[in-house]
Amino acid sequence: MAEVELSDVTRTFGRTSALSNVSMTVPDGAFFVLLGPTGAGKTTTLRLVAGLDRPDSGALRIGGTAVTNLTPAQRNVAMVFQQYSLYPHMTVRENLAFPLKSPLLRTPQDQIDRKVQEVAETLQISHKLDNRATALSGGEMQRVSIGRALVRNPAVYLMDEPLSSLDAKLRADLRVELKNIQARTGATFLYVTHDQIEAMTMATHVGVLDHGRLVQTGPPREIYEDPVSIYAASRLGQPRINILPADLFAGAPSGAKSIGLRPEQIHQGEGEESSVVRVEHLGDQTRLYLSLRNHDLVTVTDAHTPLQSGDIVKIRPERPFYFDASGARIH
Amino acid sequence: MSGYSVTEPSRGQKWIAGILVAGYALITILPLVWIIATGFKSSADSIAYPPKLLFQPTLEGYVNLFTTQTRQTTEYLNANPPQTWYERIVHDRGLVIAGPSRFGERFMNSVIIGFGSTFLSVFLGTLAAYAFSRFKVPLKDDLLFFVLSTRMMPPIAVAIPIFLMFRSLGLSDTHAGMILLYTAVNLSLAVWLLKGFIDEIPVEYEEAALIDGYTRFQAFYKVVLPQAATGIASTAIFCLIFAWNEYAFAVLLTSGTAQTAPPFIPTIIGVGGQDWPAVAAGATIFLLPVMVFTILLRKHLLRGITFGAVRK
Repeated sequence: MAEVELSDVTRTFGRTSALSNVSMTVPDGAFFVLLGPTGAGKTTTLRLVAGLDRPDSGALRIGGTAVTNLTPAQRNVAMVFQQYSLYPHMTVRENLAFPLKSPLLRTPQDQIDRKVQEVAETLQISHKLDNRATALSGGEMQRVSIGRALVRNPAVYLMDEPLSSLDAKLRADLRVELKNIQARTGATFLYVTHDQIEAMTMATHVGVLDHGRLVQTGPPREIYEDPVSIYAASRLGQPRINILPADLFAGAPSGAKSIGLRPEQIHQGEGEESSVVRVEHLGDQTRLYLSLRNHDLVTVTDAHTPLQSGDIVKIRPERPFYFDASGARIH
Repeated sequence: MSGYSVTEPSRGQKWIAGILVAGYALITILPLVWIIATGFKSSADSIAYPPKLLFQPTLEGYVNLFTTQTRQTTEYLNANPPQTWYERIVHDRGLVIAGPSRFGERFMNSVIIGFGSTFLSVFLGTLAAYAFSRFKVPLKDDLLFFVLSTRMMPPIAVAIPIFLMFRSLGLSDTHAGMILLYTAVNLSLAVWLLKGFIDEIPVEYEEAALIDGYTRFQAFYKVVLPQAATGIASTAIFCLIFAWNEYAFAVLLTSGTAQTAPPFIPTIIGVGGQDWPAVAAGATIFLLPVMVFTILLRKHLLRGITFGAVRK
């Protein structure tokens, strides 16, 4: 396992800049999650670390070794692709054994068998080992694809939305399993996801990418509780943070354009009067959709709330975030 | 039958389609059947009018094809009774076998040149197609057009220059010369066909193999080639059919050592009168390798020809 370091990495495709001057360090043993919408540069970052793509400028180091000019094989990384990329002419077993048989590892057959069996059991695909890779369901393919990375013991695991096509239960199982593997082996993970829960539960570090720029890095709690901008604040939290005009409530600092309120930053029972638009009972919590002077906001309330649409709820901000006109945070 | 389906043809439509297909098959197969049948006829039966549909089969044509014979006196024939079944066949007509004909040799030339150039075209074509498909090649489009343009000129237009070139290079009437020539002609087809097939293979498979610890060439060999098998098989068949049937260059550039079967088969007619059974026997044997090759690869071929017709 090893530390991954990007310094001043830039990559452009034609006229569009996919990454600009990104510097970041994935510490040894970290579970580093990259967040950002489509086109933010997450996948590009993974491909650059993997060696499938070369940066226009900047340098990459894995475990202290400069790898910018090395081939993917020389970098000793494992990657899970978003589109599975299983070898269609091979069985599941052959797919899983393929990395172990590479000239890089040349694993003895008995070890291959053991390792493949072990990973297949972890991922609940042992009964499909002799199936053709193309004769699997989407979820099974995705698990084989994860398995193909897990059979190895690489410097770093790169995963591009590996759980995105699984059903909810399996996703939850594998989330725990991946986290266990990471905790047990001390493996370094660089992980791309859209899923807030994955980011919050698995990550030791989060990096927020915005149009190819790394805008904030830190532990998930820090990103959540101390975001640097509206953009970073919007990446985490379910329901999403409410962004409202700052003058809606009294007490905004000068220069503040917007106020950011996470559900728990909305104190109910005193302050401005807002009307309940919709009530969603989710079981463990209830979501309230409120309207405050023609501005919509969402918050969370008691699971057994008697509130109904049309009721009036008084709310006031509690330690809110303020942002200036450019979206940057004001302290 | 109950109900009405838009996609499923009706019983009557199926019958009409069946009759049309059967009729077309009959028309295409008939000449082939006639050639094969003529090969087993006696000389007299082969030119009988009206044509004989039922006849006493004989291997006379095949014996004539593979041997040369001389006429002998009755005393000689009586003094030397035939030892084998094929000697008996010619003996009955007052002949003895003088030696093997050149057909076997010509046929082997066809095999060597046909399969040799097919292998070379597909081998080089696959590598070139892969490079064109995956790498940034300077002037890629111009190069691809140039490759295609080699096929635009009718062969006969370049026959004289090639003839002169071959003569000064010492390639005239050699196996190597013919293999090179057919490879050059087939290569443009091979590159274009195979590029299409390789383009359809997602690049992610190779990237996965690169990550899994393989070099670019190993990824090509272990991941791309097996998936391109369909394209390689159909390309190989097209190349073989061209090289196998080619006539004009073979007539012009070969005579003694490297002559292939197509220019040789017509010359059989001249030997000892109009020997149609021998010609038909030669044509039948000549048909076999391409047929066998196509049947062996037919599983791939069918998928290859319809490749890209349906997008998943």
